[in-house]
Amino acid sequence: MQSVPLEFYLIVSAILFTIGTVGVLTRRNAIVVFMSIELMLNSVNLTFVAFSAFMGDAAGQIFVFFIMAIAAGEATIGLAIVLALFRNKQTVYVDEANMLKG
Amino acid sequence: MSLLYFFFGVLSILAIASAIVTIASRNPVRSAFALIFHFFMLAGLYLTLNAQFIAVIQILVYAGAIMVLVVFVIMLLNLSDEERLTERFDFRRAIAIAFGVIFVIQISIAVFLPTTINFNIHKESAKIGTAQFIGKVLFSDYLVPFEIVGILLISAIIGAIVLAKRKVD
Repeated sequence: MQSVPLEFYLIVSAILFTIGTVGVLTRRNAIVVFMSIELMLNSVNLTFVAFSAFMGDAAGQIFVFFIMAIAAGEATIGLAIVLALFRNKQTVYVDEANMLKG
Repeated sequence: MSLLYFFFGVLSILAIASAIVTIASRNPVRSAFALIFHFFMLAGLYLTLNAQFIAVIQILVYAGAIMVLVVFVIMLLNLSDEERLTERFDFRRAIAIAFGVIFVIQISIAVFLPTTINFNIHKESAKIGTAQFIGKVLFSDYLVPFEIVGILLISAIIGAIVLAKRKVD
């Protein structure tokens, strides 16, 4: 069965992961940093699904299922932390959250 | 086959473009909606790989559940546009961009090295992607991890309640 080569999927995934990394490292808004983390998780999911389809092994798609469950847990905890931060400091910018700085 | 290339090209270009809008936009609501669009494009990419179940779960869990939570928190906090998009330290941004360029070059070199293996999509991949097959594997070989994920989700719920609760003392 003919298809798009595996390399193309890996390149798209690498580009998406890089975009996510740049977002995490440069943005100030904690919610946008959080969304960039979701971008990185999704690029890894794309790699998993591509390898799973090309190798004919279901393990990759099962792993994607688990990663989605972890991402859901991470979303609840991360947004609860953002809410707690906003309640205490009235900000969501990560460079203004420096309570633990000595 | 050329139709598959067309779909792959359109979906991946839109996915990359919406990812860039997500990290570059000043308004967090616009970021969130670009990310939802990105998740739909990724679900399309999963369909080109014959992974139907994962594509549906992607839309249900990410676009349906996680992004609703994110948009809800953004609306709740009533954030205004950022006047400064990035952090004060400029060297950190330089490090990020350098890291990104190096990463893309590395991956391209690794991927475009001539290989003897001619990978093509597996002939059974349409069978693997169905909910029936995934369910069979999930509830036989991966039963223990599945149960542990349940425990993890419960602890995440409890943690979120404890963190977001208003202090009553």
